[in-house]
Amino acid sequence: MSERSERTGGRAADDGGAGTAVLVLEDGRVFHGTPYGARGETFGEMVFNTGMTGYQETLTDPSYHRQIVAMTAPHIGNTGVNDDDPESSRVWVAGYVVREPARVHSSWRATRSLDDYLADSGVVGIAIPGTRALTRHLRERGAMRAGIFSGGALAPAEELLERVRLSPPMEGADLVGQVSTAEPYVIPAVGERKYTVAAVDLGIKSMTPHRMAERGCEVHVLPATATAADILALDPDGVFFSNGPGDPATADGPVEALRGVLDAGRPFFGICFGNQIFGRALGLGTYKLRYGHRGVNQPVQDRRTGKVEISAHNHGFAVRAPLDGPFDTPYGPAEVSHVNLNDDCVEGLRLVGRPAFSVQYHPEAAAGPHDSAGLFDRFCALMERSRGRASGVAGEGRAVRAASEEPGATTDTGENESA
Amino acid sequence: MPKRTDIQSIMVIGSGPIVIGQACEFDYSGTQACRVLRAEGFRVILVNSNPATIMTDPEFADATYVEPITPEFVEKIIAKERPDALLPTLGGQTALNTAIALHEAGVLAAYGVELIGADVDAIQAGENRERFKEIVAKVAAERGLNAESARSVVCHTMDECLAAAGGLGYPLVVRPSFTMGGVGSGFAHDEDGLRRIAGAGLDASPTTEVLLEESILGWKEYELEVMRDRADNVVIVCSIENIDPMGVHTGDSVTVAPALTLTDREYQNMRDVAIAVIREVGVDTGGCNIQFAVDPKTGRMVVIEMNPRVSRSSALASKATGFPIAKIAAKLAVGYTLDEIPNDITRETPASFEPTLDYIVVKVPRFAFEKFAGADHTLTTHMKSVGEAMAIGRSFPEALQKALRSLEKKGAPFSWTGEPAGKDELLAACRTPHDGRLTTMQQAIRAGATAAELFEATAVDPWFIDQLMAIDEVAAELREAPQLDAAALTRAKRYGFSDAQIAGIRGMDEARVRDLRHALGVRPVYNTVDTCAAEFAARTPYLYSTYDEETEVPYGDRPKVLILGSGPNRIGQGIEFDYACVHASFELSRAGYETVMVNCNPETVSTDYDTSDRLYFEPLTLEDVLEVVHAEQQTGPVAGVIVQLGGQTPLGLAQALKDAGVPIVGTSPESIHLAEERGAFGRVLAAAGLPAPKHGTAATEAEALGIAAEIGYPVLVRPSYVLGGAGMAIVYDDATLVTYMARAGAASDHPVLVDKFLDEAVEIDVDALFDGEELYLGGVMEHIEEAGIHSGDSACSLPPMTLGGFDIKRIRAATEAIARGVGVRGLLNVQYAMSAGVLYVLEANPRASRTVPFVSKATAVPLAKAAARVMMGATVAQLRAEGMLPASGDGGTMPLDAPIAVKEAVLPFNRFRGVDTILGPEMRSTGEVMGVDAFFGTAYAKSQAAAYGSLPTKGRAFVSVANRDKRAMIFPVKALADLGFEILATEGTAEVLRRNGVHAKIVRKQSDGTGPDGEPTIGRRILDGEVDLIVNTPFGSPGQAGPRLDGYEIRTAAVLRGVPCITTVQGLAAAVQGIQAIVRGDIGVRSLQEHAHRLRG
Repeated sequence: MSERSERTGGRAADDGGAGTAVLVLEDGRVFHGTPYGARGETFGEMVFNTGMTGYQETLTDPSYHRQIVAMTAPHIGNTGVNDDDPESSRVWVAGYVVREPARVHSSWRATRSLDDYLADSGVVGIAIPGTRALTRHLRERGAMRAGIFSGGALAPAEELLERVRLSPPMEGADLVGQVSTAEPYVIPAVGERKYTVAAVDLGIKSMTPHRMAERGCEVHVLPATATAADILALDPDGVFFSNGPGDPATADGPVEALRGVLDAGRPFFGICFGNQIFGRALGLGTYKLRYGHRGVNQPVQDRRTGKVEISAHNHGFAVRAPLDGPFDTPYGPAEVSHVNLNDDCVEGLRLVGRPAFSVQYHPEAAAGPHDSAGLFDRFCALMERSRGRASGVAGEGRAVRAASEEPGATTDTGENESA
Repeated sequence: MPKRTDIQSIMVIGSGPIVIGQACEFDYSGTQACRVLRAEGFRVILVNSNPATIMTDPEFADATYVEPITPEFVEKIIAKERPDALLPTLGGQTALNTAIALHEAGVLAAYGVELIGADVDAIQAGENRERFKEIVAKVAAERGLNAESARSVVCHTMDECLAAAGGLGYPLVVRPSFTMGGVGSGFAHDEDGLRRIAGAGLDASPTTEVLLEESILGWKEYELEVMRDRADNVVIVCSIENIDPMGVHTGDSVTVAPALTLTDREYQNMRDVAIAVIREVGVDTGGCNIQFAVDPKTGRMVVIEMNPRVSRSSALASKATGFPIAKIAAKLAVGYTLDEIPNDITRETPASFEPTLDYIVVKVPRFAFEKFAGADHTLTTHMKSVGEAMAIGRSFPEALQKALRSLEKKGAPFSWTGEPAGKDELLAACRTPHDGRLTTMQQAIRAGATAAELFEATAVDPWFIDQLMAIDEVAAELREAPQLDAAALTRAKRYGFSDAQIAGIRGMDEARVRDLRHALGVRPVYNTVDTCAAEFAARTPYLYSTYDEETEVPYGDRPKVLILGSGPNRIGQGIEFDYACVHASFELSRAGYETVMVNCNPETVSTDYDTSDRLYFEPLTLEDVLEVVHAEQQTGPVAGVIVQLGGQTPLGLAQALKDAGVPIVGTSPESIHLAEERGAFGRVLAAAGLPAPKHGTAATEAEALGIAAEIGYPVLVRPSYVLGGAGMAIVYDDATLVTYMARAGAASDHPVLVDKFLDEAVEIDVDALFDGEELYLGGVMEHIEEAGIHSGDSACSLPPMTLGGFDIKRIRAATEAIARGVGVRGLLNVQYAMSAGVLYVLEANPRASRTVPFVSKATAVPLAKAAARVMMGATVAQLRAEGMLPASGDGGTMPLDAPIAVKEAVLPFNRFRGVDTILGPEMRSTGEVMGVDAFFGTAYAKSQAAAYGSLPTKGRAFVSVANRDKRAMIFPVKALADLGFEILATEGTAEVLRRNGVHAKIVRKQSDGTGPDGEPTIGRRILDGEVDLIVNTPFGSPGQAGPRLDGYEIRTAAVLRGVPCITTVQGLAAAVQGIQAIVRGDIGVRSLQEHAHRLRG
């Protein structure tokens, strides 16, 4: 469950939404503001998100588990909250920092206000004038722990700082188990079922299986604890590892499971946390970025086509991999397929001779631009070809190799699958 | 893909004169393009007829042609320069249309010129309504996108109309096919209306065809700015939301960036559709925009239109985000891809990203209805604004209130003083879109209107209405606060309240509020526009004020010079002033100063973040400027503030800034006052022995009549304290004077100035530079029209075509005496009238004038740059030694073989149907063009071609002149007849012509009506396209029946039909010389660089 140590479950009745609240950073910087959402206190890693739209998707993205998210866009809540846009069944952010909360909302789809939604979800938030100052601070000093305090949780600054410093850090945090589904479930294919996909939920967003289902995938969502045997027992056409919160260095279980999948030669696609797991399975290390990528405007280049996708990001960790060419792994040569043009961060990996690839960003794009949706088509194409090759061929590994060496099917983005 | 190496020279076409809907945003984009292309090593050939632009400065291109942007002239330039490629997407519709015409005429193919940055087929697909609809439908079907166009049905009978209405629902737009100027179209709200309007429409349509379209009035309106490169990378630079819903032209709407009332799903759908549509249209590379309407009730989204080129919105989006669309479009056109171009602002990240904003941008339009009596003030889909202001804040209320005060218009900012009008009256007023509707809404809130009532009246999104309510609540808090403490002030400031507004609410003095605020330490900080919401460090200091936590003004040790810009474009204060500011910035930066620009006009070059060392996008009010000065003083030494280059706007702040201890450089505020205050200026003239027309000041009708009796009619009357000749009139008799005084009294408390009007005088404009010792006469311009027409609306020539060396000498001496007497340090503009050999001084303005860029180009001397240096202490002698000014001589001693430059004004009458088109003492032009050639006639012909399209060389000329002009018209009309024109004339004019041997056919006046045998009136003939040239000088009194009304209808018909219409006899003489030059066929083209070589060697 959540790390929030106090939840009031709603706005304090006496101050009618005004009053004071305070945001305290681990390094002692303090921002004063007014309470937003629930009153009380909350702790988490302080990060900022630069998206100008999509606050509802952000709030419900499990990858934000145990993070306090500051929105750089000043006006938040303008379109209220609707029933269609959540990316999971609950709000995951540990706390919310905005500048100008909407007083009324306006959208034909809205069912209630963001303020009420946050309060009902027990999310402690704060409205401060200095969201830009906060962002600049995090940019210069890096993501750090923070706490938001309001109502009965208010106390002298030194005491609040002490509480922040006692809260657990993000580095080394194993959070996947806290956000993953407890039981497997199935998202049926939209229309004719063409593929069976085993999707390991490390903090999956609901748009992800939806994007696969739209392409004819029957998606079996499995808990993060699923082993290779659990996955292969479904005899899937392909295996998917989702996004998720926390430090990938702690996720030994999923890494083991993925190695089993790769050994079996099943087509694999991972995103975000799934990319980091894939990196680890290939023997690469991961590291924490100073302040991460969180937003919907990041330029990622596909190194084979040269094409640039404007993409949705939410990651604080990244994979360390050689950018200058293919490198060896236990599964044969691999390469960095995508890079972030802002900072040359690794944004995608692929095995050269096997049907396995992953990206660090979010092709399901909720929120965010749909430029990378073709990656799901690429996954489907891999499953299609693997299946075609696999039938009637004895050695599975051989078959896979043959599949990859085949001039690839052209996806709708016009990319060629072959190396 | 790297830069193309197969092309070496590129022609860029500008957008010509500033007109409504096509303003200096294209100077901004064209200037950026030229700079980029030259920096990339291409030879740049530029064509633009507008001398007031920065882009036509000789240093921005290798060959600069200030020639008419017509296919004929551009072909001549192509033939001479033989460019490899033509880039037509940065000069608005003018450039695009010219390029298409050249393509269709086969000129581009004949000379092997490749069109870059544009694809002819894509342009046509984007601009053809039907093809565009098909593309939207195709994209929706093939890519499964939620996209459609407004639904419509073509009908040929009333039964079809009624059936279609059943499907489309009411209200409906009815558009008859193939009628001119949208005649017969309208809104049908019910079946009765449909029967009436569609019935008339079917009758009016030559094909008995009407298009019925669903109405999207009142829907939410959005725009996306898109860039695409040749590798098919696409980015959305900016989303823009119109606060005024559908029904008001985007250019006339209050708009906000980013869009604020869309969820991510809706925004991404819009983004997907935009990208799919531009791919399908086939926009090659570069920027384009695409507009959408969204039904607020259902979310249904309709694609309205796209522009396959850089547009006004692109300029706004560039300023709003820091993403330089035009610059990048130019790079894409020569082969780069977005990922190869660095983001200027971060320098470390590429241009292939989408800017994200942590602030709000609001743009508000500025109108000039007061200049056009009789114009319809209702805002419609036909753009009427003449300029715009933009403001940036950390919240919508802050940005909005800053934008409203940036307009510098009385009544534009929200006000809480006095009693509001009645609620019902205000709500009723809100129903019709008009200039200042948001202010009307704010007053309605004060009068008790609810959000629901306002939404019902305006269809403005409830979120925006709530923001207005929030502003009003803060005003109420402010009023009721027991004392004005730091908390109350900070809260008000965060909602964008100015010191003046706070003073109004608290019943205090503005200065007192400011003192208190400063004492409490409540001051703005300056944030950076960085394209990335602070995710990365910004290198380019482009700042805006806000009441936030941290200031980002960098420290510097070079002495700083602040240059105050001219604010939103308006009639009388436009691009010419921006030109002077930009030049000062370039030159002072070069001379070692750190230049700091303050301005709020997003269309300009001055607000390009790389024009100055630092840019503050701020309103030009005393409060906002004082805060910028303070912020700059905190971070380094401020050498001075320049207020004399941005027109009246900064000039009006001069004294108050000086009083607040701000160092004003150049001509002092006291000297400025000396020139503007009549009594004091009269003493300067008297001391110098210079005559001025007799004059007096009248507070009452009796006083005015008394003065008129003493000095004699005609008199020039105007309210004191005016800009651009607002409210000026020439009065010939007592009755008209009485009427004028009654109107003036109602309009203002200021007295009226009554001057003897010098009929038949030659008016002369002079721009000069004075350093305290030496006068440099920049240029002497002789007006083509008689005195009495505002200098901004008058055509003029330089060198003066009829003044001799003796006259120039007198003018130089008088100008020097005035400069010395007033105490000028920098630029001085003087207007003279030469009448019966006497040189009268009409007025002197110790500041940059509208004609500075024209003079600079005509004489090949950078006057504004020189002025900036003089203001900072350089002498004319020094500048001569440096080579900036000629070593000897000046603009009054041009060689006899110097080319003649003619400036012509461009008037916006086609935008304001029903407004009389005659010229007068009140300025109404929006822009200007220059024609330059060896002889006056050719230069004049070029100026006319540039302003209005070529002069006719054959056909029918209609002549109807006032009695006083009858002598003077004989010779030029005879010349027209000799050139082969058939002369039509009204009876009185025809008689005079016939007696002088010119055969003139008598035509019926408007007031005669159609003849017994169906002979049409002249108005009808003009509308039917039978007349090619109109000469009509006005007479009679405005607003009365008879000859004046006749003339009015003739001129209105001329505007409707687009026939050249000359309203002065001097203009006629010039036109005849021009026509003769065209007929002789010896009109060539020559670049400014070639002219400069002749003039300065």
